[in-house]
Amino acid sequence: MKRKTWTLILTAAVALPLLSGCGTSSEGAGNGQSASEQKNAGELYVYNWGEYIDEDVINQFEDETGIHVIYDLFDTNEEMYPVIEAGAVTYDVVCPSDYMIQKMRENDLLAEINFDHIPNISQIDPAYMEMSKAFDPENKYSVPYCWGTVGILYNTKRLEELGVAPPTKWADLWNPKLSGEILMQDSVRDAFMVALKRDGFSMNSTNENELNQAKDALIEQKPLVQAYVIDQVRDKMIGGEAAVGVIYSGEMLYVQGEVESLGLDYDLEYVLPEEGTNLWLDSWVIPKNAKNKENAEKWIDFLCRPEIAKANFEYITYPTPNKGAFELLDEEMRNNKTVFPDIDSLTNSEVFTYLGDEVDAVYNDFWKEVKAN
Amino acid sequence: MNKLLRKNLLAGPYLFWSLGFILIPLLLIVYYGFTDREGSFTLSNILSIMTPEHRKSLWLALELSFVSTVICLVLAYPLAMVLRNRGMGRGSFIVFIFILPMWMNFLLRTMAWQTLLEKNGVINGLLAALRLPPQGLINTSGAIILGMVYNFLPFMVLPIYNVLCKIDDDTINAARDLGANFMQTLFLVWLPLSIPGIISGITMVFVPALTTFVISNLLGGSKILLIGNVIEQEFTRGGNWHLGAGLSLVLMIFILISMALIAKYDKNGEGSAF
Amino acid sequence: MSRLKSIFQQTWQNLYLAAILIFLYAPIATMMVLSFNSSKSRTQWGGFSLQWYRDMFASRNIMAALQNTLLIAFLSALIATVIGLAACIAINSMRTVPKAVIMGITNIPMLNADIVTGISLMLAFIAFGISLGFKTVLIAHITFNIPYVILSIMPKLKQTSRATYEAAMDLGAGPIYAFFKIVFPDILPGVLSGFLLAFTMSLDDFIITHFTRGAGINTLSTLIYSEVRRGIRPSMYALSTMIFLIVLSLLIISNFAPKKKEQI
Repeated sequence: MKRKTWTLILTAAVALPLLSGCGTSSEGAGNGQSASEQKNAGELYVYNWGEYIDEDVINQFEDETGIHVIYDLFDTNEEMYPVIEAGAVTYDVVCPSDYMIQKMRENDLLAEINFDHIPNISQIDPAYMEMSKAFDPENKYSVPYCWGTVGILYNTKRLEELGVAPPTKWADLWNPKLSGEILMQDSVRDAFMVALKRDGFSMNSTNENELNQAKDALIEQKPLVQAYVIDQVRDKMIGGEAAVGVIYSGEMLYVQGEVESLGLDYDLEYVLPEEGTNLWLDSWVIPKNAKNKENAEKWIDFLCRPEIAKANFEYITYPTPNKGAFELLDEEMRNNKTVFPDIDSLTNSEVFTYLGDEVDAVYNDFWKEVKAN
Repeated sequence: MNKLLRKNLLAGPYLFWSLGFILIPLLLIVYYGFTDREGSFTLSNILSIMTPEHRKSLWLALELSFVSTVICLVLAYPLAMVLRNRGMGRGSFIVFIFILPMWMNFLLRTMAWQTLLEKNGVINGLLAALRLPPQGLINTSGAIILGMVYNFLPFMVLPIYNVLCKIDDDTINAARDLGANFMQTLFLVWLPLSIPGIISGITMVFVPALTTFVISNLLGGSKILLIGNVIEQEFTRGGNWHLGAGLSLVLMIFILISMALIAKYDKNGEGSAF
Repeated sequence: MSRLKSIFQQTWQNLYLAAILIFLYAPIATMMVLSFNSSKSRTQWGGFSLQWYRDMFASRNIMAALQNTLLIAFLSALIATVIGLAACIAINSMRTVPKAVIMGITNIPMLNADIVTGISLMLAFIAFGISLGFKTVLIAHITFNIPYVILSIMPKLKQTSRATYEAAMDLGAGPIYAFFKIVFPDILPGVLSGFLLAFTMSLDDFIITHFTRGAGINTLSTLIYSEVRRGIRPSMYALSTMIFLIVLSLLIISNFAPKKKEQI
């Protein structure tokens, strides 16, 4: 064995960490670190969905307050919950969805927010504070961040090739002609929502018969499904991998922009299924074990500023409940009904509610059965 | 004696470490596996392996990892023989060829297979260029097997290669001189002498393949549930840690079998991969 | 006739080697190509561009993850090598039974499923009240690295001659001096390969890190995993391409550099 080989590889092994160390420390100085040393404003542990904030907004917050932000990501509400519950990692501010906020609140994991520290709460459209009451009856624990619907994204050209009419309802996702062309959401509540709504049940059903029927429907649908994915729906649809996909409304602007900039020869359209859909709201909450509660409130207040909310909206393209930000948008955007549907028109849509641990377990077991089949 | 004792003390940090970070954690899994949420003793977590969906996912995992292990062995053995016969210096370059991909992240490598296998992916692109019909490659059991073989092949090649390198050329030549043909040499000389490497390779491929959840997620489109996925979801998606621990204990049975096999066939650690 | 046969055999062998290498490196090549794709899509080629390389250096997350990854790999390999080396020396002089027990324990993290190791460590950290973060990842990596080090060093240590070591002691060398002068040079290749192996394993690990990491501590693996499900940013490909090329070129340089009497 040649000693030289080893020496060189070892050098690489040793040198790379050192090099990168220099690189990041100087960069860190430009961002939060040095600022936090000067002002000693402490830290803030943020736990958010992926691609759910404009990174510049974080930098701006750090520069302005001197608070060092430690930013972390989760993929599904279900994945976030045990992390907070176990408490081995403490986050100061988290952005779960409606039903999960209710679960956290009922299980005593949330701290009351001191709204005196959040003057910008007045920028949030009261309609969404009203909507929040479904899971946070007294508006004490959460501040709305984004909202939206779930619908079907479809590839017009591919559907034509398959000889299938554009989907208008969830039941269309059971069309045998779409074999291998369907992308479903890989999270238990979203998947069951599709099946429950298809049969005209509430997506918050706790009725065992209805759930059984939904489970059987999902099992029946499984051979047609190409993959169960979360945010990958977006890229797979853009890449022309599938004909239809269940997707969050907020991805639309990005998807259409990308289709245009790539000059693709197909269109991707979004439809709200007529059986009604999931109307969801993601809000900021502060866990009970948060160590930097005041910083968390500063963070929430910062994000409620109209110009910040606008910057975020432009980056993540999910509808904002911030009326100040909404008014800053140009008229064309404000009238874009795909992005900002009228809440009133969503009559048969619902907001998820937390159904209790026992029903949760039933959902999980049924979902496992679907997956194992 | 005193000197020996002092020398034994050198193992102290390691023993301390193993106790704290190997044995105690394993005992915790055992504890969780045999208790329910209220902390009272139960066998239900272990027995839940008998429920249809768990049994199915375990069985599927066994099937897929068995097939991958066989493919790895079939691919790796001739490869190791070729490498050995080429006399590519022991260790060094050739080993690096197999270790080098590991410097490119495991997840990225697996993701890259997605790009290759996708409907509009590279392989279907090549097929189209050859005017062949596109194939549905991604999100199938086949794709998962491919991912397993791809990721774990080095762990089969290296131990076999190491054992083969220890076989003396004279032994082979002697067999030839005595009139053995290729097949006879293979089955009577090569294979018996390389058993430690083969066993070690098999366990090093079979166990990670059996327990993976990443490969099945990425290449199976989350449509195919392996026992590893079940355990991972019990722990990370608000499921039941006790159930997850119980299922892990069931998996440990296969790991113990592997350890017993290694202890039996590879007493001197000849078959170690590296 | 036999020459023809051997040529045939050679060709066949070459083809086989080439096929395996293509299999091993095809995904890596794909990734490299994608790192120069100006479109974010994995399936559409939007033209050549270096923007992902610029993005990579500009991204705080990626640079922090890179730093964590390399730092954890380096520290865990180093600490594992020290602990492992000490353990090897002790194990080597032990009697059969304790030796077998310790080697058995050593095999556990090697053979145990990553997911079980990761989960068991996570449970232990939570039970001990250690909050998850950089140090827990480091501890976890040291834990699974030590066996690789021990298995690399043990064979070399067995080959060393006790007589020389004892002769040195008889000539008045202290045990430590004698060890570093006599034994250490002999086992150095094992120590180095153990270190390197540990480094590589740490670099490549995802599952164990996934379960033992805490807030804001990402290694490249966990960062990539969090991106996998929403589409990976090609800057990740750029980063991997760069690391890969650096290592590859070091390897090639060292192999084609003039060979000297440095053979061990």
